[in-house]
Amino acid sequence: MAVAAYEQLRPTVVRAAPTHLEVADVSLTYESRRGRVPALDRLSFDVAQGAFVSVLGPSGCGKSTLLKLASGLLRPMAGRIRLAGEPVTAPRRDVGIVFQQPTLLPWKTVLENVLVPIRAMGRDASAGRERALELLRLVKLEPFAANYPHELSGGMQQRVGIARGLIHDPALLLMDEPFAALDAMTRETMMDELQRIWMSTGKSVLFITHSIPEAVYLSDRILVLSPRPGRLLHSVDVDLPRPRTIETMADPRFVALASRLRQAFVAMAEPA
Amino acid sequence: MMEPRHALDVVKAVVPPLATGVVIVAVWAWATRPGGLDAFVLPSPMAVLRALYQGWIGGTLLPHALATGKAALGGLVIGALAGLASGALIVLIRPLEYLMMPLVTALQSVPKIALAPLIISYFGFGLESKVFTVALLCFFPLFVAAATGMRAVDPRLLDMYRAFSASPLHILLHARLPAAAPYVFGALQIAVVLALIGCVVSEFVASTEGLGFIIKSGSGELDIAGMFAAILSLSAMGVAAGLLVKEAQRRIVFWS
Ligand SMILES: Nc1ncnc2c1ncn2[C@@H]1O[C@H](COP(=O)(O)OP(=O)(O)OP(=O)(O)O)[C@@H](O)[C@H]1O
Ligand SMILES: [Mg+2]
Repeated sequence: MAVAAYEQLRPTVVRAAPTHLEVADVSLTYESRRGRVPALDRLSFDVAQGAFVSVLGPSGCGKSTLLKLASGLLRPMAGRIRLAGEPVTAPRRDVGIVFQQPTLLPWKTVLENVLVPIRAMGRDASAGRERALELLRLVKLEPFAANYPHELSGGMQQRVGIARGLIHDPALLLMDEPFAALDAMTRETMMDELQRIWMSTGKSVLFITHSIPEAVYLSDRILVLSPRPGRLLHSVDVDLPRPRTIETMADPRFVALASRLRQAFVAMAEPA
Repeated sequence: MMEPRHALDVVKAVVPPLATGVVIVAVWAWATRPGGLDAFVLPSPMAVLRALYQGWIGGTLLPHALATGKAALGGLVIGALAGLASGALIVLIRPLEYLMMPLVTALQSVPKIALAPLIISYFGFGLESKVFTVALLCFFPLFVAAATGMRAVDPRLLDMYRAFSASPLHILLHARLPAAAPYVFGALQIAVVLALIGCVVSEFVASTEGLGFIIKSGSGELDIAGMFAAILSLSAMGVAAGLLVKEAQRRIVFWS
């Protein structure tokens, strides 16, 4: 059975694995002319090597900020961020990122957009081409390789961004609501593809989402953040067997977990 | 076959300016009718047409138009490239901006045309003076456009490139330069006109060839129709160059 095969492939070492990403006591306040906006408040958590960790939280609670910190685009004002034991001071080549917006270059074709990290890092683009086409097949966009972004729908553009985040085979993948712009059907296929890629490559993933079922379906652990400034409210382990499928969504444990998380959100929305 | 919509667009683009042209020429012909305005003030359309015919078919205007075109194009290319490179440089190296900007602003407020006689006293009566004057005029719009355009790039694209460890030079070439392209073409449109102005003024001051020279000597010889022919040729060159830039923009900046 597929599940048993998976258990053999990836036993419970997930939790015993060494820390890949360490976020310790991290705070960040945006300073602008109109004042100070505290975005994250003493946030701490770890992502173990090969783990899939999701972040759930209300809009504006600092999720994208967290991703920028983890990628080295922003530096924390307090606390520290380490990747494989080293402090993150600048973006690293072993990290892939999928932004909340597609952020494609309008003057490059879909294929060239997927190759952007390869070219930016000065790697061999001819070898990257094969892989880029393979990733485009994966996100169901191979026929559009020669098109320009403005000829694609928002959801299609977002999928180009997903392929781009994977092109250089990063050890840590940071994803900011990558499936938010997709229709329900595509979203489900993408969830399965992501699970498959993750299971077969052993990447660590930090995955931001607004969708509770998506988080439960994909994650080993779910972090729930408070409204702005984001603090860690809950950390929930998900030990449903892998690979998860449509049937998993009907599993009583899945349903119970999703409804617990929903209640946590409802409690958050109520004034204290 | 042309699409009906397309055909309509062509009609819309061609007919109104044509009508305006016909009206202008009609008023012009009426004003210069026998017994009307003196030919030394305004020659008749026929006289100008004759001068144009003699100039272009007879070959008297052609070498002068070529001389003006060559100097204008040479100066435009040099000035535009220098402007682009300097604009890119101050975007790439921030401190340079503080060193260069006061100087550039000061120079920009000098009416460069006023320097034409000075330039001629440095570079002589030849091509060099014209090219230098034109380059000086064309430098500033391109410099400003390059610096502005390269800064106007979507900051999310810059973040994206930084997240993938791109070098500042890589970002300049692949994100900032394309983002600046619409600005650069807007500036080129202005520079084309400036190039012809700079060239003609330089020829007014001191030159033995070029359409500016023809206009100036026509004024001395009271060949008013010949002056008009040279002015019209100059306008045609300006319009043609402008259309060329527009077409290049349409092809190169296809995404906007
Ligand atoms: N550059 C900035 N300058 C000032 N404030 C900012 C900046 N970027 C984000 N913020 C503020 O910081 C807070 C957190 O922003 P962030 O984008 O991290 O939220 P988010 O959790 O990703 O929201 P969403 O779910 O809507 O994407 C928001 O209130 C936002 O207004
Ligand atoms: Mg966000």
